[in-house]
Amino acid sequence: MALDPHHDRDSVTGTATTGHVWDGIRELNTPLPRWWLWIFYATIVWSIGYWVVYPSWPLVSSFTQGVFGWHSREALVRDLAELKAVRGPMMDKLAAASLPEIMSDPMLLDFARAQGRTSFGDNCAPCHGPGAAGNKGYPNLADDDWLWGGKIEDIATTVRYGIRSGDPKTRISLMPAFGRDNMLTRPQIENVADYVRSLSGLSVNAKANLSDGKAIFQQQCATCHGDDGKGKRDLGAPDLTDAIWLYGSDRAVIIEGVWGGRGGTMPAWVGRLDDTTIKALSIYVHTLGGGQ
Amino acid sequence: MSLWTKHYLLEKNSIFLVIGVLIVIAIGGLVEIVPLFYLRSTIEKVDGVRPYTPLELAGRNIYVREGCYNCHSQMIRPLRDEVERYGHYSLAAESMYDRPFQWGSKRTGPDLARVGTKYTDEWHRDHLASPKSVVPGSIMPAYPWLAATELDFAHIQDDLKVQAQLGVPYTPAMIEQAIADLKTQATTDAPTADELAKRYPNAQVRDFDGDPSRITEADALIAYLQQLGAQVNFKIYDDKANIR
Amino acid sequence: MTQSNAARKSITTGEMGTAIAFAVLAFASIFIAAKAYTSEYAFHAYLFAAASAAAVFKIIDRYSSRPAEPPPLIIDGKPNYNMGPVKFSTVAAMFWGIAGFTVGLWAALELAFPVLNFDLAWISFGRLRPLHTSAVIFAFGGNVLIATSFYVVQRTCRARLAGDLAPWFVVLGYNFFILIAGTGYLLGITQSKEYAEPEWYADLWLTVVWIAYLLVFLGTLRRRTEPHIYVANWFYLAFILTIAVLHVGNNAAIPVSIFSPKSYIVWAGVQDAMVQWWYGHNAVGFFLTAGFLAIMYYFIPKRAERPVYSYRLSIIHFWSLIFLYIWAGPHHLHYTALPDWTQTLGMTFSIMLWMPSWGGMINGLMTLSGAWDKLRTDPVLRMMVVSVAFYGMATFEGPLMSIKAVNSLSHYTDWTIGHVHSGALGWVAYISFGAIYCLVPWLWNRERLYSLKLVSWHFWISTIGIVLYISSMWVSGILQGLMWRAYTNLGFLEYSFIETVEAMHPFYIIRALGGALFIAGALIMAWNLWKTVQSADLALSVASPALQPAE
Ligand code: HEC
Ligand code: HEC
Ligand code: HEC
Ligand code: HEM
Ligand code: HEM
Ligand SMILES: [Ca+2]
Ligand SMILES: [Ca+2]
Ligand SMILES: [Cu+2]
Repeated sequence: MALDPHHDRDSVTGTATTGHVWDGIRELNTPLPRWWLWIFYATIVWSIGYWVVYPSWPLVSSFTQGVFGWHSREALVRDLAELKAVRGPMMDKLAAASLPEIMSDPMLLDFARAQGRTSFGDNCAPCHGPGAAGNKGYPNLADDDWLWGGKIEDIATTVRYGIRSGDPKTRISLMPAFGRDNMLTRPQIENVADYVRSLSGLSVNAKANLSDGKAIFQQQCATCHGDDGKGKRDLGAPDLTDAIWLYGSDRAVIIEGVWGGRGGTMPAWVGRLDDTTIKALSIYVHTLGGGQ
Repeated sequence: MSLWTKHYLLEKNSIFLVIGVLIVIAIGGLVEIVPLFYLRSTIEKVDGVRPYTPLELAGRNIYVREGCYNCHSQMIRPLRDEVERYGHYSLAAESMYDRPFQWGSKRTGPDLARVGTKYTDEWHRDHLASPKSVVPGSIMPAYPWLAATELDFAHIQDDLKVQAQLGVPYTPAMIEQAIADLKTQATTDAPTADELAKRYPNAQVRDFDGDPSRITEADALIAYLQQLGAQVNFKIYDDKANIR
Repeated sequence: MTQSNAARKSITTGEMGTAIAFAVLAFASIFIAAKAYTSEYAFHAYLFAAASAAAVFKIIDRYSSRPAEPPPLIIDGKPNYNMGPVKFSTVAAMFWGIAGFTVGLWAALELAFPVLNFDLAWISFGRLRPLHTSAVIFAFGGNVLIATSFYVVQRTCRARLAGDLAPWFVVLGYNFFILIAGTGYLLGITQSKEYAEPEWYADLWLTVVWIAYLLVFLGTLRRRTEPHIYVANWFYLAFILTIAVLHVGNNAAIPVSIFSPKSYIVWAGVQDAMVQWWYGHNAVGFFLTAGFLAIMYYFIPKRAERPVYSYRLSIIHFWSLIFLYIWAGPHHLHYTALPDWTQTLGMTFSIMLWMPSWGGMINGLMTLSGAWDKLRTDPVLRMMVVSVAFYGMATFEGPLMSIKAVNSLSHYTDWTIGHVHSGALGWVAYISFGAIYCLVPWLWNRERLYSLKLVSWHFWISTIGIVLYISSMWVSGILQGLMWRAYTNLGFLEYSFIETVEAMHPFYIIRALGGALFIAGALIMAWNLWKTVQSADLALSVASPALQPAE
């Protein structure tokens, strides 16, 4: 045994023990390690210094403010100002310039695109997809097919006020629910759906009554989608001849749309994003490949 | 050894040891917690924060039940990247009726403090039913059962009552009308929408889950998500008034 | 010996009182089940009813078969230790440990491959994660703490555990709490307060169990035949007392109705956040630290057969640790809507906590001076020493992460998860494994473990697992934190949130691999222990003198 019971001293280390034994366990009476004690003191001194500098101790009706009056919410203001300095004069130019001006200044254009790319990822990609390639019900923004127009001003208006968003200036116009609202019968809807499919060269059943479909189309649909089915952008009515589909080309999907109506919602961004960001986003979208 | 033998007092008497421990552990908690109740600066003075509507409260309880807080924070820190990504930093006032708070401690998914009105109801519906269908890279679980389960709101009055006891300003009328208000809020173009708006300013009223014939858990959860961060109008909020 | 005594057998007040209380609880539970607002709650009420009925039956059964006299406190001049509850908790710890690690692995896999959520409510990540944290901390860790505290307090006081039914009530009642909590999470019954998710009725039950725990522990201390209370028992006592205070403070809630599982917490918003992390941080400080330091203070000197390094350090680091820990909660709320002054206190007290924490590490490691060679031959001791090293690492990293500038990066990211698991796997689990490896041969009267070689395998496999786990989380956490705040040279955020999610994928796979190795080690351990208990040739011919057969 390493302990010498007579002298209450540990024979291995030569240190005194406290003389107590619990279930065979003894304790050495080693003094506190110096380095340990000094670091402990140092952390205490450091903390006291920190309390002097920063807001720390609660009082009766307030708290100690710290000698520099630092507060996290004020530090943020300074931080954002710094960011402004990094973005520098370009940001101010972007804010001041009109859309066409930006489009014609390559430097400014690059700058706007860089900002647009950033905002797009967190705000738009969840609906329009990474790369803006779209999803069922969410249009592809990288192609040259536009519901509401692909000119930079059109895009900016769409982004700012949204589509059927509830904003007072939103783009509006819905496709009626022809079936549900008893404007067309089920067979009529089937015929018009077959006709719509035929417009973009999709195969239709030999028994389909295309001539009836065409008649109904001219009567009910042409006001919005045009006599030729090529759509009307001022109404947001898609081109039905271009084989690009927002909801899909399956017969059943088209029937569902004509039966129950269509009208997706795009949020308005005017309250959430500032003007410069909306500009930058519009430019970014415009330059994705399909801008007109 | 003399100083050290003083410790024998505690070492030899379990009751003294108990008392010693209790005193030592009481101090820190008291100093940090009690002032938060009496210092006026703790909760900012802002307009717009109101108690949850019955439907939002039911939705919030689903948020808690499903453990969304395990992946989502609801606390935007005053750091520049966060305010740029998510919007104005969160105020203490914005969660003053939250029992329990849902600030979270892990951001496996993005912060949700200001997600309200950012997306459409349809998007939330699709996203909750299958996150990958809208966000291909998502690792969020799907919650298809929410839209399929009718909301159980038979006892929602009890929920309001208990919160009122705890100091949430639910008036007797709000408690009385809780079920009616819940149904109103989940109905597009509800004729009683005005009454709801009187009790709960800025409440969004409509069928949230795309199925007007039923009030489902998805109705409630989306109603809750759509009001997150939408109560305080930061255009008129004075940042400087609430530095602390 | 004693049963031949002619004394007339009579039921004790304890037996009578407990039986009546359980009978009442059984009826009340059935009543509540019948009127419950939700079927999940009814299920829990029926569980309460069944368990209470079983308790009544068991008490009567035990009464009819027990001798008239209560078990003697001393036999042949030696304490008649009560090791039954210790054995139960040891087995429960192993069981819950493996269950909890497996759930952790599943959660890790869900983050790497979300299809594994299977669109099932009860295993979706948001419900599984609290199941994991509670299973490992409270079910695994809690049972280790109860087992070791009941063992250590008896041995170091040379006294039989206080109470007759009480120790069993603590052990079984605690595990019943785990059952209610765990099934509750899967069914969506949660309060959503981290590490305090169980709802009001489970909380009330735990309060009763915990008070019984405190009384048994204190009662045993008061029976002690040693004049001084051993340092391990200071830590156990501080752990039990403080957890009681924290539990009650953080769970103060009003149920919607006695027929509803739902309650609303009395604190709100910013105050609730502060109370929650006062609790949450000190669940770490007192459950995962003070309690496990107590384990260290008994099992390391015992196993190394060396005296504790410094009594004076014990005193200073004990009092400074428990005093300072309580203040550090706000480091979980840096840069939130908690006022700045509170955050400052949280940060500075965390820094000051560094040395008191290391005091424990020094006392643990330096106890080996003069016995370092044993690390080569005894993998159990090695495990415990590595555990103390991990403790030192986690308690260095913690103060570092408490610095606001560092926390602004680490908070909300996997860095926290890495820190947690260097503490949880490295420190908590390893010291527990070491203690259980010691306890099982002692409790089951075995000369030694079935195989030290298997312990070595366990050690190495799980150490690789830990290294994979925490290093992948450090990288992913810091990467994620940096990506969130990365700016392009034009001054715009560089990455969208979803890009940062996608970047985590490889690390989530490595983490899961680490977890799988950790579980493999634990399974080896379970096998080894099973063989230890099963192998009759390992049995000590004469019961070790200190260990009387448990009842
Ligand atoms: C909640 C989903 C959602 C989000 C988020 C969203 N959009 Fe849209 N967006 C839509 C939908 C739906 C449409 C199509 C509406 C329709 O059916 O006519 C649309 C249409 C558009 C259009 C019109 C396309 C055309 O062909 O005319 C543009 C441009 C556009 N979005 C840009 C953006 C930008 C930029 C952002 C981000 C600031 C954004 N969107 C965010 C849902 C969304
Ligand atoms: C009041 C105007 C209006 C009328 C009348 C109208 N539509 Fe539409 N239609 C729209 C609009 C607007 C959309 C786009 C909805 C959206 O963006 O979500 C649309 C979309 C569609 C689509 C979906 C295209 C795709 O890409 O998925 C089809 C198919 C369609 N209409 C067919 C018809 C047919 C057939 C009729 C007549 C029976 C008709 N529409 C009548 C306005 C109209
Ligand atoms: C496994 C972690 C996880 C859980 C649990 C989880 N989410 Fe998510 N959530 C994510 C991730 C990752 C994203 C980002 C990708 C995406 O949009 O799907 C996200 C995105 C979101 C978004 C979009 C936020 C934005 O601004 O783009 C909302 C809203 C949301 N989740 C709500 C919820 C709700 C409500 C629950 C619980 C019912 C929940 N989440 C549970 C991980 C999770
Ligand atoms: C096989 C071993 C383990 C695996 C695979 C594992 C896995 C996980 C995972 C995936 C998470 C969720 C992380 C996130 O949300 O991003 C987690 C959280 C957690 N685990 Fe584990 N775990 C294991 C063992 C343990 C052990 C032994 C303990 C404690 C003794 C523990 C304590 C915790 C805690 C406290 C958290 C929550 C952390 C936080 O909220 O910050 N884990 N674990
Ligand atoms: C001096 C000692 C320690 C300090 C100062 C400390 C500090 C911290 C800090 C700053 C965080 C991050 C909070 C956040 O940003 O959200 C944290 C999280 C955590 N730490 Fe420690 N730590 C210490 C020791 C330990 C030990 C030994 C463990 C043992 C397991 C541990 C377990 C945890 C857990 C579980 C969390 C996660 C809490 C959560 O968010 O859910 N810590 N700690
Ligand atoms: Ca956490
Ligand atoms: Ca509905
Ligand atoms: Cu902490």
